[in-house]
Amino acid sequence: MELQAKVRSYIENNLVVFEENVQFSDDDNIFERGFVNSLFAMKLLNYIEQDFGITVDNEDLDIANFSTVNNIVSLIEKKRSGVS
Amino acid sequence: MNTKTRSIEAYRRQLVEEAHVFADREIRPFAADFDERGQLSKDLIGKMAERGYLSASFPERYGGLALDPVHYGLFTEVIGKACCNVRTLITVNTSLIGETLLRYGTEEQKNEWLPKIASGEKVGAFALSEPLVGSDAKNVQTAYRREGNKYVLNGKKKWISFGDLADFFIVIAGDRGQVTAFLVERTQGDITSTPIQGMMANRASHIAEIEFKNVEVPAENVLGPVGGGFAYIVSTALDHGRYSIAWAGVAIAQEAVNAMVAYARTRSQFGERLHQHQLIKGMIGDSITQLHAARALCRKAGELRRDRDAEAVIETSIAKYFASKAAMQLATDNVQIHGGNGISNQYPAERLFREAKVLEIIEGTSQLQQQMISDYGLQKYFVKRPNLSEERSGH
Ligand SMILES: Cc1cc2nc3c(=O)[nH]c(=O)nc-3n(C[C@H](O)[C@H](O)[C@H](O)COP(=O)(O)OP(=O)(O)OC[C@H]3O[C@@H](n4cnc5c(N)ncnc54)[C@H](O)[C@@H]3O)c2cc1C
Repeated sequence: MELQAKVRSYIENNLVVFEENVQFSDDDNIFERGFVNSLFAMKLLNYIEQDFGITVDNEDLDIANFSTVNNIVSLIEKKRSGVS
Repeated sequence: MNTKTRSIEAYRRQLVEEAHVFADREIRPFAADFDERGQLSKDLIGKMAERGYLSASFPERYGGLALDPVHYGLFTEVIGKACCNVRTLITVNTSLIGETLLRYGTEEQKNEWLPKIASGEKVGAFALSEPLVGSDAKNVQTAYRREGNKYVLNGKKKWISFGDLADFFIVIAGDRGQVTAFLVERTQGDITSTPIQGMMANRASHIAEIEFKNVEVPAENVLGPVGGGFAYIVSTALDHGRYSIAWAGVAIAQEAVNAMVAYARTRSQFGERLHQHQLIKGMIGDSITQLHAARALCRKAGELRRDRDAEAVIETSIAKYFASKAAMQLATDNVQIHGGNGISNQYPAERLFREAKVLEIIEGTSQLQQQMISDYGLQKYFVKRPNLSEERSGH
């Protein structure tokens, strides 16, 4: 699965809105839209570090880096390429 | 399992067994006294530190015993069986504070604080709850503002375990919607702690209200990212706290079972031992079933945590919810089986009963666990099916 789809699928599995036809774009802020609960930031961080084998430093823990599919993908790509 | 893994396993099992012996000798005989006097002995804290019991899950380089989550859980159980207050000291210092520092602390912060927690030189407290803010922790009113290279804290915290004894605090504070965590030393400024009297349980956990008045904290004492105090620090601390409390529930449940079995085998009414009465058998049977189920959930959560599985957080919440509820139920049934003696402080039953209730309230109340577990299940167990009405009408 490509990165974008993998991240999207992880978020979809953790949504806390239960309408069948809920949709969000890759630029939607999932926290502001109330799509995930308060545990999600920590879970997402654990998932990213574990599944992609990267370490996210405190400087990168800005919630904005985790708030949209695109931002999460950018963060993973940045970390993977070793640019910090 | 290879030989090396097996020997590490055996070593960890042995550490837990030693802790068991220690708890039976050095803690259990004094538990009622701690509860009555409302304080723990400094001497005991020293003895525990010497053995690495304040840092059982920390890596050895910080003075810990490097127990993996499963063995750390078993360790928590043996301490919790002996005394809830001593277990609380471990929950707060090792799980809430230590584990969060290990995860988010800078190298300097880890080197500064973890060895001091391990050696008992410094006792910490986790200051989140407030007089007006409990479950809705994102809205803490304790405020911080940045001034140059430091932060200034103002506000009141309430129900803080070991708050009256602590040398330092992790303080959760807010600034215009942002929540940040700070490592604050008691000597850092105008910090007053007032012990809270009249507690039903956790009477020797030095629970206090704490007031911070214009306390200046250097920027390097921010724990985790600025603005990440809730999303990362509180979430992580409470996740570890819940794991500890789950095992604390197993501990109380096991104590309750041991006590009800012993009592039912010795006391007679109507010319028969209590255990010979069917209704008592029913209670004992149910209790043992609950106990085993609680332990199985805790073990599973421990294994997932050890394997860094993504489901570990939710399974921990499930284990905490179930085990705390089981502890309350079993402690209640234990009092029931003891009859009048269950109400008297001549037996441990009443203390277990009081202590059990706390577990359903701290580290996220049962209602908040239900909410999290339900959110998880509504997603995970939703089976998508084709829309039948559309199919039937031929669309
Ligand atoms: C012995 C003890 C030790 C403690 N130690 C510490 C400590 O070391 N550090 C610390 O920071 N805090 C500590 N606390 C505080 C503890 O974390 C809080 O008591 C707990 O979070 C609940 O908050 P509250 O008491 O304000 O209750 P509230 O949040 O006011 O809740 C009251 C009731 O309403 C329910 N409720 C609230 N919101 C909802 C909702 N959305 N849906 C359904 N029901 C809801 C709750 O489940 C509860 O039943 C301690 C408390 C105790 C009793």
